[in-house]
Amino acid sequence: MSVIKIKDLTKVYNGSQVPVHAVNGISLEIKQGEFAAVVGPSGSGKTTFLNMLGGLDDPTSGSIEIDNQLLSNLTSSQRIKFRLENIGFIFQAYNLIPVLTAKENVEFIMELQKVSKAERNKRSLELLEAVGIPDKANVRPNQLSGGQQQRVAVARALASKPKFILADEPTANLDSKSTETLLDIMERLNKEENITFIFSTHDARVVNKAHRIITIEDGLIKSDESRI
Amino acid sequence: MNVFKLAWRNLWRNKRRTLITVSSIFFGVIFSSFMGSSQAGGYTKMIDNVVKFYSGFFQLQNEDYWDEKSINNSFELTDSLKSILDAYDELTNKVPRLEDFALASYETYTRGAIIVGTEPEKENQVTEIAEKIVEGEYLKTGDDGIIIGVDLAKGLKISVGDTLVLLGQGYHGVSAAGKFPVRGLIKHFNPEYNRRIVYMDLATCQYFYSANNLLTSLVVMVEDNKTMEAILPALKEELSSPHVLKSWQEMFPALVQQIESDRSTALIMKVMLYIVIGFGIFGTIMMMMAERKHEFGVMVAIGMSKQRLALTVVIETILMGMVGVAAGLLGSFPVVGYFYQNPIPLTGQAADWMQDLGFEPFMFFAWDISVFMDQVLAVFVMTLLISILPLVKLLRMHENTALHQ
Repeated sequence: MSVIKIKDLTKVYNGSQVPVHAVNGISLEIKQGEFAAVVGPSGSGKTTFLNMLGGLDDPTSGSIEIDNQLLSNLTSSQRIKFRLENIGFIFQAYNLIPVLTAKENVEFIMELQKVSKAERNKRSLELLEAVGIPDKANVRPNQLSGGQQQRVAVARALASKPKFILADEPTANLDSKSTETLLDIMERLNKEENITFIFSTHDARVVNKAHRIITIEDGLIKSDESRI
Repeated sequence: MNVFKLAWRNLWRNKRRTLITVSSIFFGVIFSSFMGSSQAGGYTKMIDNVVKFYSGFFQLQNEDYWDEKSINNSFELTDSLKSILDAYDELTNKVPRLEDFALASYETYTRGAIIVGTEPEKENQVTEIAEKIVEGEYLKTGDDGIIIGVDLAKGLKISVGDTLVLLGQGYHGVSAAGKFPVRGLIKHFNPEYNRRIVYMDLATCQYFYSANNLLTSLVVMVEDNKTMEAILPALKEELSSPHVLKSWQEMFPALVQQIESDRSTALIMKVMLYIVIGFGIFGTIMMMMAERKHEFGVMVAIGMSKQRLALTVVIETILMGMVGVAAGLLGSFPVVGYFYQNPIPLTGQAADWMQDLGFEPFMFFAWDISVFMDQVLAVFVMTLLISILPLVKLLRMHENTALHQ
């Protein structure tokens, strides 16, 4: 069953001289439990595509339907709430809240969802355990390595029990070992918990782990290859 | 992680910057408290001087007396008047006075004098004039002597024990003449009083002016100004012509105007001070907003509502102000407290000027909660106003744009 249905998606930036067609008519469907990589050279439109998929940017035309909900029908505040309940984000630069500890960063999302304190406490510890850093619960991001921070980011993205997770170049700032560990964690979560992952990447190691590879060039899908 | 905790932690992310901003509030609050306290202390002392030296909080008079200060505009304190006044427990003291003018003469010297007939003990409870006796002794009830201002004594070249001749016009044109032994000399802060004043026992004065049982005023004391304002309207309602009650403000409108005008000037100064401090806080907040734009974008991207995010920043701004105020108040208490206990003595022209106005030559301070609460309120309002721009910016923020900052 498709979680995400995208039809004729375009995004045109009206620059000072000529309009830039960042996304030029993408249509695709993503099913529950997929582990998909969106690849392509710089400027191909993959980040714009992911931003629209995450409701962070509006398409110029076309539609995105997530779990039977058209994103274009939502107001700005409804879209924030929709993201909170349906989408987990993992950013290239981790983007943890620096004044919160690892555990508090994970709990933060649940607090926004008004989850009870006891439940937040239990689930945040479970998630930190799942990403392999239970001992770092009370440590602030500036005392964590890049790999550890990204693991906290994964735990945070999972905290809201989203329908899918969008990861924008999640391994770009990580060394080989950290990349390997992070990919193992994401793959395990995908297999065991059937969580859908969609990530943009340049990293061949990430591409090798992906079950589906969507290649974008000049704002269009050049290839869509399944490896299962 | 509630918004308060988040705001508090954010406040201390850049400790140095926060401390600099807090310091500006700290010094502003101390300066403003010092200024406010000195101002309030000055007014309190001014009012106190007026009330305790002469007028009381209010006076019962004949309705024509204040405009035409003649012994002919006197009144009798009847039983019905007494019963009206006695019904108010708030009245702490009532001092009957008979006042008029007379010529004071000793040997070949003559001066104009203000004659105040009063009940010595009650008068002393209000004006504490016994403490101002510099030579001789204070009057006793039924005394046939007088006490006079030191400069009047100097002008007449009269000493304690000598006899002063007073000559004036009594009630309804009767001649008033008498000889009175000088019991003591009084030195007041008001030089005009020192040159003119003659105190005598009320009964002696009534006899001198042939004004038996008559008073020109009944000076009434209450606990404070607030009490007076609370009871005066009702009391006025109960009195009828020709009796009126005049508050100290009605008797000295110039003083009230002076205080009001002084308050306005001080308010302008305080507003300017807080505007300067406000711009400091504003700068800090705008810098913080610019630095954290990306972070704000992330927070909204992962699901934090813009309203909640804006609330966090507003609380952060208010917290910064309140930390500054709290520190400023802690700093103000000992400073203001010290000067409240030890008023600053004025010297030179400033002292002369104060004395000419009849006030003690000191810079007085008030220990009044409202002085400190004013600072809390001012900073709170200021930080609320400062929060408006970040609030608007956050509500209008586009998360995707912010994420790419």
